[in-house]
Amino acid sequence: MDWSASLTLVAPETLLSVSGVILLLVSAWGGDREARGISWLAVAVLFGAGLMVAPALCGGAIGGETHAFNDQFRADAFASFAKLLIYAAAVAALIVAPAFFERVRAMKAEYPVLVLFAALGMSIMVSASDLITLYIGLELNSLAAYVLAAFLRSDDRSAEAGLKYFVLGALASGILLFGMSLTYGFTGSTSFAGISAALHGGMGTGALFGVVFVLVGLAFKISAVPFHMWTPDVYEGAPTPVTMFFATAPKVAALALTMRVALDAFGAQEQSWRQIVIFAALASIVVGALGAIGQKNIKRLLAYSSINNVGFMLIGLAAATAQGASAMLVYLAIYVAMSVGGFVAVLMLKDADGAPVENIADLAGLSQHRKVLSLCLAMIMFSLAGIPPLFGFWGKFVVFQAAVQTGLLPLAAIGIAASVIGAFYYIKIVKILYFDEPAMVVTGKSDWMHQALLALSALAISPLGYLLTVWLGGLADKAAAALFFTV
Amino acid sequence: MDSFPILSLMLAVPLLGALGCLFVSAPAARTIALVTTLAEFALGIVLWANYDIGGAQWQFTERLPLFAGFKYALGIDGIALMLIVLTVFLMPICIGASWKSIDKRVGEYMAAFLLMEALMIGVFTAQDLFLFYIMFEAGLIPMYLIIGVWGGADRIYASYKFFLYTLLGSVLMLIAMMWMANDAGTTDIPTLMAYDFAPQAQKWLWLAFFASFAVKMPMWPVHTWLPDAHVQAPTAGSVILAGVLLKMGGYGFIRFSLPMFPEASAQFAWLVFTLSMIAVVYTSLVALVQHDMKKLIAYSSVAHMGIVTVGLFTFNAQGLEGAMIVMLSHGLVAAALFLGVGVIYDRLHTREIDRYGGLATNMPYYALFLMLFTMASVGLPGTSGFVGEFLSLAGIYKVSSLVTAVSATGIILGAAYMLYLYRRVVFGVQKHADTAAMPDLDLREWLMMAPIAAAVLWMGIYPESFLSPMRADIAALNARLARARPDGDAHFKLAAPKPAAAAEHDAHEDTH
Repeated sequence: MDWSASLTLVAPETLLSVSGVILLLVSAWGGDREARGISWLAVAVLFGAGLMVAPALCGGAIGGETHAFNDQFRADAFASFAKLLIYAAAVAALIVAPAFFERVRAMKAEYPVLVLFAALGMSIMVSASDLITLYIGLELNSLAAYVLAAFLRSDDRSAEAGLKYFVLGALASGILLFGMSLTYGFTGSTSFAGISAALHGGMGTGALFGVVFVLVGLAFKISAVPFHMWTPDVYEGAPTPVTMFFATAPKVAALALTMRVALDAFGAQEQSWRQIVIFAALASIVVGALGAIGQKNIKRLLAYSSINNVGFMLIGLAAATAQGASAMLVYLAIYVAMSVGGFVAVLMLKDADGAPVENIADLAGLSQHRKVLSLCLAMIMFSLAGIPPLFGFWGKFVVFQAAVQTGLLPLAAIGIAASVIGAFYYIKIVKILYFDEPAMVVTGKSDWMHQALLALSALAISPLGYLLTVWLGGLADKAAAALFFTV
Repeated sequence: MDSFPILSLMLAVPLLGALGCLFVSAPAARTIALVTTLAEFALGIVLWANYDIGGAQWQFTERLPLFAGFKYALGIDGIALMLIVLTVFLMPICIGASWKSIDKRVGEYMAAFLLMEALMIGVFTAQDLFLFYIMFEAGLIPMYLIIGVWGGADRIYASYKFFLYTLLGSVLMLIAMMWMANDAGTTDIPTLMAYDFAPQAQKWLWLAFFASFAVKMPMWPVHTWLPDAHVQAPTAGSVILAGVLLKMGGYGFIRFSLPMFPEASAQFAWLVFTLSMIAVVYTSLVALVQHDMKKLIAYSSVAHMGIVTVGLFTFNAQGLEGAMIVMLSHGLVAAALFLGVGVIYDRLHTREIDRYGGLATNMPYYALFLMLFTMASVGLPGTSGFVGEFLSLAGIYKVSSLVTAVSATGIILGAAYMLYLYRRVVFGVQKHADTAAMPDLDLREWLMMAPIAAAVLWMGIYPESFLSPMRADIAALNARLARARPDGDAHFKLAAPKPAAAAEHDAHEDTH
């Protein structure tokens, strides 16, 4: 494959990196007064990149012509699906930010630039088909994310979140690198195709250690139990728009990356990692549900909720089939819509001075004076709990269906029974919103952009979302087919 | 008529009404809700009038490939038709019952009720496994809100218990449904009703469905959510809970468990019988010692549902028809009894039985209605309760004399606690001045009570109107069950030829 073809395949990433650098220069000269303008330019760039990756998904790009630079990078339908979700989440994080940061005079021009670089890193992650590409993408994303977590420099909690994220992220990267080196040492290749070929005959203990360490490193990134401890602290401390970004885009990227590593590179040895994934899935569901019950801060609660949701997605991975992969992608798409909605709703919770309200007790009786906001929040909670007819149910449905069709009946039965534990704290929020006497704390006005974004995500998770199932399922099937093409 | 999507219309009308109620003032919301439910009732009558008895098994069918993985498929048979008619009949009465007693957040309340109505109709009309599940589960949301927002003092505990109990019951059913769809390659309910699953798999599937329907029904020992939910729910909430929601469990058995897993049903019939016998006797005894009127009626509901489950698993036509009639009759009678409690609760704001007494003096019409519904609950001939209980017991007698004897005991106990309740509330001396000063039924209450009384008498005197749409469907189900029918202990054939023929003739007569 010649260079020009390879460069065409990485055009979206090129666009992101060149625009990122240009916008960084603009911000250096323009200063923070230009922050809003740069945000809008970044949104435009992400839209442009989205338009560039969409054809690969709609056309179901698959096989050799999607491999760039000697199969170090794949611009296939699977990567495109994940990229579209990542760009959408990044756009949402850019749109909601100004109203939040400007109140504390912290809307800096670097914010959109960092989001762009993080998106670029994630874009590389989901396209990586070589351990080296994987690591470059992962670190590019992580470094941008550490800074974003500590973006409110004057706020102690934000600084703490940034530091925690950095230390634990670095540890995870170290573990991942160690696993990668073991894998390389025992298979003799860093490319996924090479690893897969080397593992086809069988696997020694050394390679198994490599697989385990790589999966542990990735489990940190997707915050699967037992490597989830950083999540509540970072989610709570980071500025809310950044938390929203963390809960959506990096989750998509890390899960897509995990899928590609597990199903492609280690796809020949699925029985060696399936039990790990099953354990992580069930542990995440249970710990995510139990941990959330005692939370008093809504952001921490949503952090546990994201751990819980990752557990459900991992059930699709445990199936290790194209159908399971497709189910995970559908779940991811719905999860992004729910999380964006959830965090936008949190952003809209402000007291009379406009300061953010994060205490769950302060939401008491919100339904009596903020009807639409409460209705949307209640819908998101029921949707996260997976109660039909809200669209969150569909994500769980396809994942469990994949597990049942693979014959993982005990996993499906235990997983779905554990989902009832999670339902408890979701309906507790609804109880606080609807049954309790009004606390009248949340009285601040909200930004129209927030309202529009909340309305959009509420519409997506409403029962009308089921009308999208054919379309969404079709795209996810194409993406999953691309993932399984080389296996 | 087949081409007109009347079932979709019946789903859409309450949904639109619910949407409308959210955005208007309290009086307007009441009016919208009443008009919507009355329109829905009219549609229900049209549906019944156009239902072709003896025609195709599934009528008014609609199929639209709207979703991935499952279809938008609607259609009804006679069994579903009767339950839909029950639903649309009770809904305007529920709105009427809430007319004055609900004064806060009226728009949301009415919206929740209309949403509930749409979902219940959805459950009875769904012809696709997963569409059914979605409707079945979605009903939790409005009911959770109804109990939690407008319920009594202990409403939050009751709403949690209701939600989590029924959710836990249902989720395993979803896994079973996925396995079935995978095995049979279709999600179409009529196809699945004729599909033969391997007997070994049937066992597990049956148990998964049982977990869900037994909680919904509710059967002993998973009935404990019901008294809490009933006591805390507002009157109309109790009416709809007892009147229709409990019927979803029975409908589930008759639509899924029995036709789809006949062998497993036969195998587990003893389990159902045992639990039902305990339910009938135990909850009747519990009902006897209650001080709270609503709790007493809630426990009596559990006992009546025990008769339903026994009737369903008799594997003969009498039992099945009896179970259906008990369900319909209980839907009317329990609804009416809860309304009766609501009427005096609105005046005195207590459900304590001791606070009442001697109501026959100052509320004679109320006493009359309550007498009728009490008798119907007891199963007096001429009321709807008799027909159902008699048919069920006749069906059970073919299977097991022991079960019949125990179930019949429950009916005697039923007479005891209902008459005891009636005596304490309506007869006796007027102990309290405030009770003695309560006015009799007003026009609104008359309009709620009279239609139910008429329906109870109609079903008691001429049950054929209600049995005839269901007869062909029950016969089809009975034929499907024939291969798994267990041996009964009533051996008609062992008797001398002539009396045997007479006995069979009598049994035959009973069904008509």
